[in-house]
Amino acid sequence: MSEHSTYTPGSGVEKWLDERLPIIRFSKEHLMDFPTPKNLNYWWTFGAILVMCLGIQIVTGVILAMHYTPNIAMAFDSVEHIRRDVNGGRMIQSFHAVGASMFFAAVYIHIFRGMYFGSYKAPREILWILGVLIFVLMMATAFMGYVLPWGQMSGWAATVITNIFAAIPIIGTPLLELLRGGFSVGNPTLNRFFSLHYLLPFVIAAVVALHIWALHVPGNNNPTGVDVKDGRDTLPFHPYYTMKDAFGMVLFMIPFVWFAFFAPDILGHPDNYIEFNSQVTPAHIVPEWYFLPFYAILRAIDFNLLFIDSKLLGVIFFGGSIVILFLLPWLDTSKVRSGNFRPMFKWFYWLFVVNFVALTYLGAQPADATGVLFSKICTAYYFIHFIVILPVLSRIEKPRPLPTSISESVLAKSHA
Amino acid sequence: MATEAQQSTTRRDFLFVATGAVAGVGAAATVWPLINQMNPDASTLAVASIEFSLNGIEEGQSVTILWRGLPVFVRNRTAKEIEEAKAVALADLKDPETDEQRTKEGHEQWLVMIANCTHLGCIPTGESGEFDGWFCPCHGSQFDTAGRIRKGPAPTNLVVPPYEFISDSLIQIG
Repeated sequence: MSEHSTYTPGSGVEKWLDERLPIIRFSKEHLMDFPTPKNLNYWWTFGAILVMCLGIQIVTGVILAMHYTPNIAMAFDSVEHIRRDVNGGRMIQSFHAVGASMFFAAVYIHIFRGMYFGSYKAPREILWILGVLIFVLMMATAFMGYVLPWGQMSGWAATVITNIFAAIPIIGTPLLELLRGGFSVGNPTLNRFFSLHYLLPFVIAAVVALHIWALHVPGNNNPTGVDVKDGRDTLPFHPYYTMKDAFGMVLFMIPFVWFAFFAPDILGHPDNYIEFNSQVTPAHIVPEWYFLPFYAILRAIDFNLLFIDSKLLGVIFFGGSIVILFLLPWLDTSKVRSGNFRPMFKWFYWLFVVNFVALTYLGAQPADATGVLFSKICTAYYFIHFIVILPVLSRIEKPRPLPTSISESVLAKSHA
Repeated sequence: MATEAQQSTTRRDFLFVATGAVAGVGAAATVWPLINQMNPDASTLAVASIEFSLNGIEEGQSVTILWRGLPVFVRNRTAKEIEEAKAVALADLKDPETDEQRTKEGHEQWLVMIANCTHLGCIPTGESGEFDGWFCPCHGSQFDTAGRIRKGPAPTNLVVPPYEFISDSLIQIG
């Protein structure tokens, strides 16, 4: 993949620069001429859409920080001030808040695309691991950002999530007090969350750079999952995929702006327009929709197991549901990447998707007996998919014959 | 040079490891204050002990007060609630504690507990749930009239903070 440089410095200045800092060569190789499989579908545009989302969050966030005050006496009012008084603040704030939801919507699509087409398999394990790492960083960033408006949901989210760390034996309580900067969630907590919420997006940007680097070593996977054989299988990234990605971004922005313009609060909770009160928990607290599947898993564990109490066990399952994603490349050992050629995997994949959506739904329901029972079933299935179904499928499944090359599959399709 | 490199250990190796060890200790000593600044500060620690008057809390009434930033329930229990709490067999409890262990002798109508659910810290609603005590809306933990966990994900009973009666109507928490 590294022998694709077609760059020859045109002018004397370019030649001079190329010998000192080959930045134009680098851009041409990686942003323009990069050989990309010619059969990528629209699910592949979400990588570029995610870069756009990160950009929107950073730009709107830096602007909001110019008007926001990270102090418990003023935080709630300063967000209202942004929405009512600051020029265009209403739109900038809603783009940031809606942007978080859209960012997660895109990242879930991106992750599920990778799962279906086996994009985590050799030689792309590091690429996948970096992606899961970005997902974890996004969750931390979104959580801390949600605390900043200092409404009831903000404060109770901060209380509940920091309490998760208290479940760790021995060091739990000191760690909890270290994270909060006090015995309860208060001003020190808000202030440090603001600091970290500003920092983490730049850490994400750095990991995104590594993610793209790890992508550009083996090159893109593609819907057939077959390796690129020669130049006939690929197209240069620019203009073919820059244009396709740009079109994908435009389509993605339609629901984005619809939410921002017409329903900026529809994904939030009315309770967050009540200032945080550490003495009253809202009757029904739920996290933002993008945390619901993991929240349902946390809540499903209400029993002790051997010497592990229910609280710690819940946290272990909650953490495990993310950690298991890191291990995915070694759980699914089938040599065939794309789900299109795996007749059994395909069904279990969609069952997993349905189960994940069910967990999302259950996470939003009140914690009653039936809800908890279904949460337990879905939690069990979530783990069974990774630990049992994928390894077993890899052994027993007979994949359909693969096309000999990307070109062949593209041509076969056009003849059909 | 080649023969020297093949020797198992040299003075140079020792100096190298020793320097590295000192640098490691130095780095850790530098990092510690950068982390320790996040711990509760002097102003937070300063409000560790409070006095609270029980006058005016009628039987069957609860109040919530703040201690170290944490909400604390102070409940004047009814005779029926005390009876219910005492009637429970220890074997039925996830975190066995008698009602006597959770109250002060001679003041058993007073129940003083940190109001955060021992699961993930929400504030349970009083006089509700299947056990007539507290119900946590977040994850469905249910506590009885002595604040003991009976059902749901909370691992332990609601925490009784360190407190004592200074007089019949005045308590000191912390």
